[in-house]
Amino acid sequence: MSKAQQLLDWVDARFPLTATWKSQMSEYRAPKNFNFWYFFGSLALLVLVLQIVTGIFLTMNYKPDGSWIPGTNVSVAFNSVEYIMRDVAGGWIIRYMHSTGASMFFVVVYLHMFRGLIYGSFHKPRELIWVFGSLVFLCLMAEAFLGYLLPWGQMSFWGAQVIVNLFASIPVIGPDLSTFIRGDFVVSDVTLNRFFALHVIAVPLVLLALVMAHLIALHEVGSNNPDGVDIKKHKDPVTGYPIDSVPMHPHYTIKDILGVVVFLIVFSSIVFFKPNMFGFFLEDNNFIPADPLKTPPHIAPVWYFTPFYAILRAVPSFLGTQVWGVLAMGAAVVMIALLPWLDRSPVKSVRYRGPVFKGALVAFIVAFIGLGMLGALPPTDIRTLVSRILSVVYFAFFLGMPIISKIDTYKPVPDRTTVPPFSAKVKMIVYFLITFALAALFAKVI
Amino acid sequence: MKLNLRVWLAAAVLALPLASFSFAEEGGPELDKAPVNIQDAESLQRGAQTFVNYCLSCHGATMLRYNRLQDIGLTEDQIKNNLMFTTDKVGNIMKVAMTNADAKQWLGAAPPDLSLEARARGADWLYTYLRSFYRDDSRPTGWNNAVFDKVGMPHVLWELQGRQDPVYKTEKVNGKDVQTLVGVKLTQAGLLTHLDGEKADTTDYDKRVGDLVNFMVYMSEPAQIHREQIGYAVVLFLLFILLPLVYALKKDYWKDVEH
Repeated sequence: MSKAQQLLDWVDARFPLTATWKSQMSEYRAPKNFNFWYFFGSLALLVLVLQIVTGIFLTMNYKPDGSWIPGTNVSVAFNSVEYIMRDVAGGWIIRYMHSTGASMFFVVVYLHMFRGLIYGSFHKPRELIWVFGSLVFLCLMAEAFLGYLLPWGQMSFWGAQVIVNLFASIPVIGPDLSTFIRGDFVVSDVTLNRFFALHVIAVPLVLLALVMAHLIALHEVGSNNPDGVDIKKHKDPVTGYPIDSVPMHPHYTIKDILGVVVFLIVFSSIVFFKPNMFGFFLEDNNFIPADPLKTPPHIAPVWYFTPFYAILRAVPSFLGTQVWGVLAMGAAVVMIALLPWLDRSPVKSVRYRGPVFKGALVAFIVAFIGLGMLGALPPTDIRTLVSRILSVVYFAFFLGMPIISKIDTYKPVPDRTTVPPFSAKVKMIVYFLITFALAALFAKVI
Repeated sequence: MKLNLRVWLAAAVLALPLASFSFAEEGGPELDKAPVNIQDAESLQRGAQTFVNYCLSCHGATMLRYNRLQDIGLTEDQIKNNLMFTTDKVGNIMKVAMTNADAKQWLGAAPPDLSLEARARGADWLYTYLRSFYRDDSRPTGWNNAVFDKVGMPHVLWELQGRQDPVYKTEKVNGKDVQTLVGVKLTQAGLLTHLDGEKADTTDYDKRVGDLVNFMVYMSEPAQIHREQIGYAVVLFLLFILLPLVYALKKDYWKDVEH
C-alpha cells in the first residue's frame, strides 16, 4: 500500500473523507440534460468565493472612518479606498474585482432564479431548496446595501440615508427604529462602523450557512432538470443509478469549469476595460466624497435594486403614511419565496406548460426589466403611471399563479429526459434578442 | 449544449451594442468631446505642467503623489525641477498650501480636491467647462460659466484664452423680455487664441485644455495606464488558450453521454 493510501485510510478511519467525496461528488448523480441555464448555480458559488477572498484583502487597507482628514475635504474612509486604488500594489484589481463581483453576483443569481422559475425547480420535493435560496437572495441584498456605504461617496451616503429612512415610515416605532439602525440621527461615522461590521462578518456568516443549507437540501433530493421529469423512475438494474444521469464528478465539475472560463472572460473584460460599466456598476457620483450638507439632485440605487425601488416609488402614500410602498417592496421579495405554494401546476417545466403560463411569464419578464429601468430614472408623471401598471403585473404574476396554473392546458410530459431539437435553441436566442431590442426601445421611449 | 455555447456567445456579442445605447444621459448643456488619449505621454506631461501651474495653487490633488508621475514618462529629477515649487518631497501628495479655513474666507467655499474630478464629472464636462467661461459683471469674480451657472471659480486660464462674452437670445414670455444664454463668443484674443475680425481661432487653447483634461483623466485613475494592457493579456489567455483547452476536455469527458 502506498504512503498516500495509508494516509487516506488513516483519515477515513477518523473522518468520512472518501465517503463524503463519493456520496456528494463522484457517485452523486445529476440529470444528464442540464442546459445553459444550469451554469449559474456553480457560478454564484464562484462569485461568493471571489467576494470573500477579495473582501478579506480589501479590509487589510480599508478604514471604516467617516472623519475628515485635517486640512482636506476628504474623509478617511473615502481616502482609504483611493489609497487601495492607487498606492496598494495590485489594489485596484482587488477593488475592481470586488465591485464588479457585487454586480455580477446579482447577474448570476437573477439568472439562477429565472432558471428555477421556468423549469419549476421549486416544486415538490424542492420547496425548501427554494426557500433557502430566497433567504440567500435576501441576505445578498442586505450584504450589497451594507457594502455600498463603505466607499463613503455621495451615493453611498445618500442611498443609505434614503433606505434607512424607509424604516421611519413604519407607524409608531418607525422614527425610533431608523435612529436605532443608524445609531445616530443622520447617517454618520457610527453608521459606517456598524455597517462595516455587518458587511464583513455578520451577514457573510449567515449567507454561508444558508448556502450550505441550500446545497444540503439540494443533494438530499437531487437536481431538477429542463424536462422536469423524475430521473429516479428509471434506474439501471445493474448499477442502480438513474439511466438519465451522470456523476457530478467528473462530468459536471468539468462542464462547470467551462462555464467558469466563459464567465471569467466576461468578468475580466469588465474589470479591465469597463470597471464602471457605464455608471451601472460604479456610479459617477460616488467618486465625490460624502457630503451631509449637499443632497445630489437624483439619488438612484445600483441597478440590481432598481426593480424593487421602482415598486417602492410606484405605491402612493395612503392614510397619511408612506409605509405602503415599503410594504409592497418587502412583499415583492416575499412573493418569490412563496412560489412553491402559489404554483399548483401538475408539470414542472415550461416546456410542457400551456399558453396561459407562457403569456404570464412574458408579461412578468417585461414588468421586471421595465421596473428595473424605471427605478434608475428620476420619476415623471408618465413613468410613475407605467411603474404602477408594471408593479400590478409583477404581483399579478405571483398572486394569480393559483388561477393561472388551474385554467392552463398542459402537454404530456415524457417519461425520460429529451434532447431538444436545434430549432428550439435558435428560437431561444431569437427570443433573447427580441427581449433586448424591446428593452432598449422601451428605455428610449420612457 | 454542443452548439449552445457558441450560439449564446454570438447572441451576447450581438446584444451588446443594443444594450449600450439603452440609457441616454438626460438634461444639461451639450458637451464637446474631450480628446482623451491616456497613452499619449507627451500630452499627459503638458497637462501635468498646466495643472501644477494653474490649478494646484487652489485645488489639491491629495490622492496623487508627485513621484507617481514617473508613470507618464518623467524622471524624479524632472518632476522635482519642473513640477514642484514647494518644499515638498517627491514622495509627497499634491497638496495645496492654503488651509481650508482660509480658502473659505477668500473664495466663499473651499475649492474641491481634483484627484477624482474627471471620474465624477466626466472628461467631456471638464473640457467644455474650461472653455465656457464668459464675462459677467454681476458675479464677484467677474466671470460666469455656460456649463456651471454662477460658478465660484474665476477664469484662471483667461490670459491664455482671452475674453469671451455671452450671446443671448431674447424671447417674450408673458409679455416680458427674457434673456436666455445660447452660447459664448471670443471678443478679445489671449496668448493662445487669435481673433481675425469676427473669426476666432482657438485651436491652441483647445489643445492646451485637452492636454489638461487628459492629465486629469489619468490622475483620476493612475492604474488605467496599465489596466487595459493587463486586460488584453488576461482575456486573450482565457479566450484562446484556456477556453479551447477546457472545451476539448469537456467534450472528451462527455463523448459517451447521449445528451
